[in-house]
Amino acid sequence: MSEKLLEIKNLKTSFRIKDDYYAAVDNLSLSVNKNEVLAVVGESGCGKSALAFSVMGLHTRAKIEGNILFKDHDIANISSNDLNNLRGNEMGMIFQDPLTSLNPLMEIGDQIGETLILHNKDLSAEKRKEKIIGLLDKVGIPRPERVYKQFPHELSGGMRQRVMIAMAIANEPELLIADEPTTALDVTIQSQILELINELKEDMNAGIVLITHDLGVVAEMADRVAVMYAGQIVEIADVHTLFESPKHPYTRSLLNSVPNADKAQDKLHVIQGIVPALQNLPREGCRFKARIPWVDDSEHEENPELHEVTPGHFVRCTCYKHFDFPESKEEQHGIS
Amino acid sequence: MAFLNVEDLKVHFPIKGGIFGRTVDHVKAVDGVSLSLEKGTTYGLVGESGSGKTTTGRAIIGLNKITSGKVMFEGKDITNNISRGRSEFRKDVQMIFQDPYSSLNPKKRVIDIVAEPLRNYEKLSKKEEKIRVQELLELVGLSPESILKYPHEFSGGQRQRIGIARAIALKPKLIIADEPVSALDVSVQAQVLNFMQDIQKELDLTYLFIGHDLGVIKHMCDNIGIMYKGRYVEEGTADDIFSNPQHIYTKRLVAAIPDIDPRKRQEQHEFRQEVKAEYEQSYNDYFDDEGLAYPLQPVSDTHRVALPEKG
Repeated sequence: MSEKLLEIKNLKTSFRIKDDYYAAVDNLSLSVNKNEVLAVVGESGCGKSALAFSVMGLHTRAKIEGNILFKDHDIANISSNDLNNLRGNEMGMIFQDPLTSLNPLMEIGDQIGETLILHNKDLSAEKRKEKIIGLLDKVGIPRPERVYKQFPHELSGGMRQRVMIAMAIANEPELLIADEPTTALDVTIQSQILELINELKEDMNAGIVLITHDLGVVAEMADRVAVMYAGQIVEIADVHTLFESPKHPYTRSLLNSVPNADKAQDKLHVIQGIVPALQNLPREGCRFKARIPWVDDSEHEENPELHEVTPGHFVRCTCYKHFDFPESKEEQHGIS
Repeated sequence: MAFLNVEDLKVHFPIKGGIFGRTVDHVKAVDGVSLSLEKGTTYGLVGESGSGKTTTGRAIIGLNKITSGKVMFEGKDITNNISRGRSEFRKDVQMIFQDPYSSLNPKKRVIDIVAEPLRNYEKLSKKEEKIRVQELLELVGLSPESILKYPHEFSGGQRQRIGIARAIALKPKLIIADEPVSALDVSVQAQVLNFMQDIQKELDLTYLFIGHDLGVIKHMCDNIGIMYKGRYVEEGTADDIFSNPQHIYTKRLVAAIPDIDPRKRQEQHEFRQEVKAEYEQSYNDYFDDEGLAYPLQPVSDTHRVALPEKG
């Protein structure tokens, strides 16, 4: 059994809309082990980034309940001092958009140097520069001495993302959170960046939370996968189980809606309806119910729980047992 | 005669420099692209960011100035008709834009957005116009009551469908779709792609589909052109490109597509390493001294590859 690195227990992250709080992450529990990539998959608005930001303690206005246990700390209830010691040191984050996440007025070397100055005070300036150049080299940037003196706008998208990764791993974090790290990149660069993240996992024995909506990336990278819908995990399993025998209707629908390079399909599967806005989210019963109206009400649970179907494979609600895709395309196409 | 024929299209942007802001050099965004489309088919234009695929599409429709080359649409030369005002061509060729959030005017109601092309070309009474817009909205699967709503009241997929309703309002013959699903989630993407295929059959449309997601391109396109630094590296049917890629750049691009089967992970990893090694080793055989692609040579009736001339 591998060692647990991060354990999230009943996390509830709520945002204030007008006068009420609405949970974007609703009673979510999961854990990440060392030397493991856990992929969190879902569409925009399912709460996957809200989850990442909660773990990094980056929400300033959200109400966070539950526990986020990392080493000896509970990030959900931590002083900002302790949090600042953890962030950038023992946990690092790679953000989605490398252009807006880098400071345009600062040289690359100085930006990476910031985290080293903060968390590694006794490093001399010379040693620091050496280390930064080493980091740039490690993430595959050609001519690191030159890039050290450059500004973000002088680099291409792939290079910027590498700089972000160099920054995130500067202090060899044990936990790395990558929020859509390759979404803004071209496929050839994407495959290089993913390869790099994989190498880092092996090198540093780190736990990685990979947040993405790209199922191809999940299939290539993840050890375990959590599928999120409307703030909850609807299915969690190891990557092989999830792709070979997905259970939850949402997981199956998602897999069916990807244009598959090997399989010629006429029509892609379309999920009926839309993801409800945060304040309109059904808080009772199966949250996916409205998107599969042909499944009878009685087949959903009243308070859907995660059920363990095989060891390590959990599925929410009982509706998966009765779910099948409708035969007629018209029925499926019911567009609002 | 092909439906749309582009011959040796070049689009160069000037680089201004010096104290007087003189043109010191040019960026060759599109540097000698030729392609032809048959009616009712979908042609995919693929490349990484900066390869010139969007510029090519925009030059064809007249949004970028053509430096040299020829664009023939239904046998007519329309290259220099760029500032031609309300010509037939403008009506027959429409565009779907990448980002459904910035390509719809947020201050206009849906009816004004969709009716704008109608107002330019057809003299309809208010009542007729309303009926036409409602028909169009129904065609794209939106409720006819939504004509008075504003764009922000719709989801991403719905907005993209409003953009499509606007594009098909004048019953065009050719639609240039510039990354129409790149900004959308997979399930919404599926909806838009299905829908584009449906209206293609219904209205006998021809698509020039610009994209970088090879899974989507393979799903949608009959013929595919691969661009790199403003030039073609390979062109052929979807089968030619995906099953029998010849150019090292195409091979690399195809190898980089993430496979949705986790069992193939190791295999895929090794394959990529192999292709990468081949790419680095034979780079000089496939690109000239400036790192640009050679002119295309036919390898079969449908398949052309940028290879150095023999000898």
